Amino acid sequence: MLATMEYKETEQATATSVKVHVEGLRFFYGASEALHGITLDIPEKQVTALIGPSGCGKSTFLRTLNRMNDLIENTRVEGLVEVLGDNIYAPGYDLAELRRRVGMVFQRSNPFPKTIFENIAYGPRIHGVRDRATLEEIVEKSLRNAALWDEVKDRMNQSALGLSGGQQQRLCIARALAVDPEVILMDEPASALDPRSTAAVEDLILELRNQYTIVIVTHNMQQASRVSDFTAFFYEGDLVELGKTPNLFTCPREKRTEDYITGRFG
Amino acid sequence: MKLVNRKRRTARRYFLDRLVRYSVYFLCGVAILPLFFIFGFIFSKGITILDWEFLTSLPKSIGESGGGVVNAITGSLYLVGIAASVAIPLGVAAGTYLSEYRGSKLANILGQAVDVLNGVPSIVIGLVVYELVVLPMGGFSAISGGIALGMIMIPVITRSTEETLKMLPKSLKEASLALGASYATTVLRVVLPAGLTGIITGILVSLARVAGETAPLLFTAFGNPFVNLDPLKPVSSLPALIFNYAVSPYEDWHRLAWGSACVLLLGILALNLFSRWLSRRYRWY
Repeated sequence: MLATMEYKETEQATATSVKVHVEGLRFFYGASEALHGITLDIPEKQVTALIGPSGCGKSTFLRTLNRMNDLIENTRVEGLVEVLGDNIYAPGYDLAELRRRVGMVFQRSNPFPKTIFENIAYGPRIHGVRDRATLEEIVEKSLRNAALWDEVKDRMNQSALGLSGGQQQRLCIARALAVDPEVILMDEPASALDPRSTAAVEDLILELRNQYTIVIVTHNMQQASRVSDFTAFFYEGDLVELGKTPNLFTCPREKRTEDYITGRFG
Repeated sequence: MKLVNRKRRTARRYFLDRLVRYSVYFLCGVAILPLFFIFGFIFSKGITILDWEFLTSLPKSIGESGGGVVNAITGSLYLVGIAASVAIPLGVAAGTYLSEYRGSKLANILGQAVDVLNGVPSIVIGLVVYELVVLPMGGFSAISGGIALGMIMIPVITRSTEETLKMLPKSLKEASLALGASYATTVLRVVLPAGLTGIITGILVSLARVAGETAPLLFTAFGNPFVNLDPLKPVSSLPALIFNYAVSPYEDWHRLAWGSACVLLLGILALNLFSRWLSRRYRWY
């Protein structure tokens, strides 16, 4: 609760609006409770980093925001999750539209075994874009936004699996951008990449934050401090602290946060 | 003293190593000997018979020399075609179900059923088709033969489709769903295309398997001395022709049987080699 209140102040200070509003979110895998009542707001066109030790619930939390947890059997959600103003767990909610508006980038790059062009065009296609010229336009724009266009423009019809790991991850980001989302969820997007590719992805995140609301889960605290505006520290299924990134890293208010970021555990 | 001991032990190790290695080579050679034996025998007997006339003309009546087995070649292709059109949709659908709903009760039962079907002797399948298709339809027919072969293909295609799709990374499906694709779209446009090579390979292997089946054809497709493309009439096939001609007392018919065996073997070999090449060349995962 404290964390949320602190956040409310900063929200007014930066005059941004809230894209994701979560209240009292509890999440269960079978009988075990993975999230114990999370309350937090995620501001528009900012990067919010979720940090915490393995198993603290940050990835689970991320996946409740586009309901990817629905794919796991025997799970249950309690509490309110509002994304772009709608309660996404309300009965009859349009899941396809939610996932179009809330894109996701995964830990391991997962391009489709198709050509580079088809990878990007897949999203717009399933949402009804048929016209070839429009598709080409979307593909180019998405690849440019993902800073990949110059590297792949001459090999659009080659397999996406021929790209390097870093390129594949940027391709996946471009694929997410192609359906024109408002929020992008990133689940440790650089953890499987080498330092150079990581830097490229981080630069990309900094570029994208002007247009998109980004939520990024990361194990890497330096990364959180480099790319994010806000940082939320999760520990054992609780949101311990949420604050502006420089504040959280320089003067954490909670003892557990301090212990974690100074490397005393985790 | 100690040094001598060690030297002796080293020598013993080398000797054992060589003994085991050469035994393995030898046993491998013995294991594939039947293959060389079959190929050598069939080719030496059959390859000289293969010519244009053999491939394009009908068998001559008893006493006349020459003639070919075009009725059996077209018949086999026809039967395998019918079998494929029966078995591919069912097998791919069942395999997709088994992979997508793995762990569910119905999938386990279906998986068991597929294994049982795979173990049913082909002559029993022929008998069942005789009872269920041939008798009600009032006679031997190409369609009944195709159905019998199709029933043999279904479990092979089902299992190979299932295995292929199970090997695909889960993240592939997640990527599609996270873009807002429906489950059906994801399966049809991401999962199946990603597994296409493996599925096709399984289909080719199953085709190669049924192309040589004889027993179920004896009382379904039966045989026909002429080229027939009417699904309701009997049709010849290479294995059935080999069976009939090889046990006949006529030298000319023996010749046709050897030639047919050669054609059949080459066809199956080609299917197998093609499927291996395909699975190596176009394997995504």
